[in-house]
Amino acid sequence: MTDKKKDDGAIGEIEMTLISSRHLNGLTLPEKIRLIIDGVKDNKIVILEQGLSPTEESQLIESTMVEIDPNAFSGLEIESYAPDSSWFHRILRRRPRAQMTIIGPAKKLRAIKKDRDMLDAVVLATGEEQ
Amino acid sequence: MGWATRLRRSSLRRWLRRVFGKRHARIGIYGPTNSGKTTLANRIARDWTGEVMGPTSEIPHETRRVRRKSNISVQTNGASLNIDIVDTPGIATKIDYRDFMGYGMNKKDSRRRAKEATEGVIESIRWLDDIDCVLLVMDSLQDPFTQVNITILGNLEARKLPVLIVANKVDLPDSSPSAIREAFPQHPVVPMSALTGANVDKLYGAMIEHFR
Repeated sequence: MTDKKKDDGAIGEIEMTLISSRHLNGLTLPEKIRLIIDGVKDNKIVILEQGLSPTEESQLIESTMVEIDPNAFSGLEIESYAPDSSWFHRILRRRPRAQMTIIGPAKKLRAIKKDRDMLDAVVLATGEEQ
Repeated sequence: MGWATRLRRSSLRRWLRRVFGKRHARIGIYGPTNSGKTTLANRIARDWTGEVMGPTSEIPHETRRVRRKSNISVQTNGASLNIDIVDTPGIATKIDYRDFMGYGMNKKDSRRRAKEATEGVIESIRWLDDIDCVLLVMDSLQDPFTQVNITILGNLEARKLPVLIVANKVDLPDSSPSAIREAFPQHPVVPMSALTGANVDKLYGAMIEHFR
């Protein structure tokens, strides 16, 4: 990831938090959601090593909607790879494993291109929000 | 009530329906904003009851409360299916009132619409506990690998809900229903236009085949 230079010559900063699957698995669902939303509201990019399950993601969306504040927080952008839907998973009726996931403030994080195995995203540096 | 309790309760209700026979299916119309959910709900309701369910608009989050229409009988090729249609607000991870101002709305109305839209997203997600099958509407002009699509499908798979993906807007140039098929090969996909009615008979046939 490259920092973009602001017009005044200062380098914008992007703060990132990487959370291991070990740490995430030790938390309850409300604790996970609090950790993610607090990070995003602090303008951080949060990267989860192993992501959330679909039901956890829907709970995260519900909690995000509750916290939206027109003056301060317009929600989050969450991106991960598409889950593995190979014939192997379907035959074994295995639930797809949660994938590495990147979450950030809606105004800072944008997915550019996404397919099953690759995600291109742009993170806007401080001061470049629209 | 926690999500785990809600999930267990809805699974039990669906199991009882399967055991004792399902003659009636409550079908949720889900999808991201502006994919054409209400246009599809109107198409189905108009075809079988002569009435529509709600207004549509190019401004996102036009549908901000769940709308229901009960006891619709869908018939095709000698088979029939009795359904309730549940048209849900579009699911999103972000809602910024300033986006609505870009469509010419004033600040006060935009903020009110944003507030109602957040409540609508929550209502949509909670309704997943009370439906039997889902029509997941995707815009054939958009990249299907969006997080909203992935999250909705993941939730439907976790709940073992039958789902038909509606690849909508095939009447428009540059639509690509094949991209949706390739993205989600594990689910049946029906390319159609809710607006013009193109391929709607295929949708009704697929509903009877998969939801009955």
